[in-house]
Amino acid sequence: MRPADLCNYPSSWFGGGSDVVSEVVISSRIRLARNIAGYEFLPCLPPDRQRQLLNRLKDILLSIDLGNKVFFVDIDQASDVERNLLTERHLISRRHAHGKGPRGVVVAEDEAFTAMINEEDHLRMQVFAAGLQLNACWERINRIDDAIEKKIDYTFDSRFGYLTACPTNLGTGIRVSVMLHLPALKLTGQMEKFINTARDCDMAVRGLFGEGTDATGDFFQLSNQVTLGVSEKQVVEDFSSNVVPRIIAYETQSRQALLEKRPFALDDKIQRALGVLRSACLISSQEALFLLSNVRLGVNLGRIKNINIATINELFMLTQPAHLQLRAGKILDADQRDTLRAEIIRTKLSPN
Amino acid sequence: MICQSCKEKTATIHLTEITSGQRCETHLCQDCARQQGLTVKTQMPLNELLNTLLSAQPKTGNPAPSSVSVQSEHACPSCGMTLKRFAAEPLLGCPNDYAEFQVELLPLIEQSHNGKSRHCGKVPAGTSDQDRKEIQLIQLRRKLEQAIKNEDYEAAAKIRDQIKQYP
Repeated sequence: MRPADLCNYPSSWFGGGSDVVSEVVISSRIRLARNIAGYEFLPCLPPDRQRQLLNRLKDILLSIDLGNKVFFVDIDQASDVERNLLTERHLISRRHAHGKGPRGVVVAEDEAFTAMINEEDHLRMQVFAAGLQLNACWERINRIDDAIEKKIDYTFDSRFGYLTACPTNLGTGIRVSVMLHLPALKLTGQMEKFINTARDCDMAVRGLFGEGTDATGDFFQLSNQVTLGVSEKQVVEDFSSNVVPRIIAYETQSRQALLEKRPFALDDKIQRALGVLRSACLISSQEALFLLSNVRLGVNLGRIKNINIATINELFMLTQPAHLQLRAGKILDADQRDTLRAEIIRTKLSPN
Repeated sequence: MICQSCKEKTATIHLTEITSGQRCETHLCQDCARQQGLTVKTQMPLNELLNTLLSAQPKTGNPAPSSVSVQSEHACPSCGMTLKRFAAEPLLGCPNDYAEFQVELLPLIEQSHNGKSRHCGKVPAGTSDQDRKEIQLIQLRRKLEQAIKNEDYEAAAKIRDQIKQYP
């Protein structure tokens, strides 16, 4: 399997069930940062030793049971568009895509597990799942971590825990995140509620798509910042039973308020979005994101019939720039991308 | 709402204190809050924080104990990392940096981790029994704090008994 093979399929972990929780929580992710004993951290590790470490970690990852077929991508050798595709699918970080030196990624074919080698730390593994499934993510990544630990020694300190290149990841090296769709909070001007909750719980908020935090089409990623002095299970528990249920409640209350107080304004937004998506001949990724977000809300609230939520989820993924170019099999300029994007959306959302 | 202290700027910091059943509210602007020593919880980038901490250290004057007199040019003997380089991009060079620059890094670590500076999570299988016990003890103490905070005294008593069993 090669990265290009992925460009026609949605990610298995992006959106899932049709319950209220999965409407708001698109997916769960847990990442662990680890470094290998006997090697300097990457800023001070010479390139030949980086190469050696890459090969060692790759061999270990390919030899253990990851519960799925896996493939390896040498990021240093990959083309720009392949790197961008992997970034768009959240399989590697932007830092990894645009970094330097020997580095790679091991990806499970269902894309629910990836391990970046030589990113900011020697090893950064992540497990994804659709909807709110943080406990399942933790169990899986913990098992994989145990399996790797049998083959190689991590740098560990009894006071500071797993040592990481950046002190902000020290201790457990865990980063728990949930990807959230919060269109009603945005429409009702209550994003502050969400931002304040995140801040009170020492969590970071970022946009899910694109570069900046603006214009991400109401999609956000919420993740823990404290990694030291708390156990992995506590972090997971805090998300699953405290923070996320509160945010789901805010979003569902806002949706209910919109339905009760401003049903016409809501329908207008939703139907206009669908109208534009069904008729546009050129559409930028930002505009698509924004409109698809409104349509997703409409489908979730039952205001749009005959469109499957899976179709909408799929469009978010497949209309990103690198996806379009790999699908077309050539480099496209902005206009060509906007044309192809509009064409794909029109076809998928066509009423016939 | 106007700041209670300067009576000019808009109050953005709202403090509610409850002392012996008495509720007291204070509303201040950012500047007055800072003057009164109320810190505002913000996420300061790590390198900025480090620069602040480094510049706060006396550069000359009394000879400080050798452990704290580390100047930013001092290099880790194992990887060559200096605090100056770390301040530019907050990534360390090797595990030894945590010991080499512990004095300077500790405030930074505590700031990033909500005041905490001891690991209490997963432990690799190869860790010595002593280390493992220490980490388990820290976990139990945290659980105890949490139980007391939640007023779950039954659970707290059980955790206390567990803690007592450690030598």
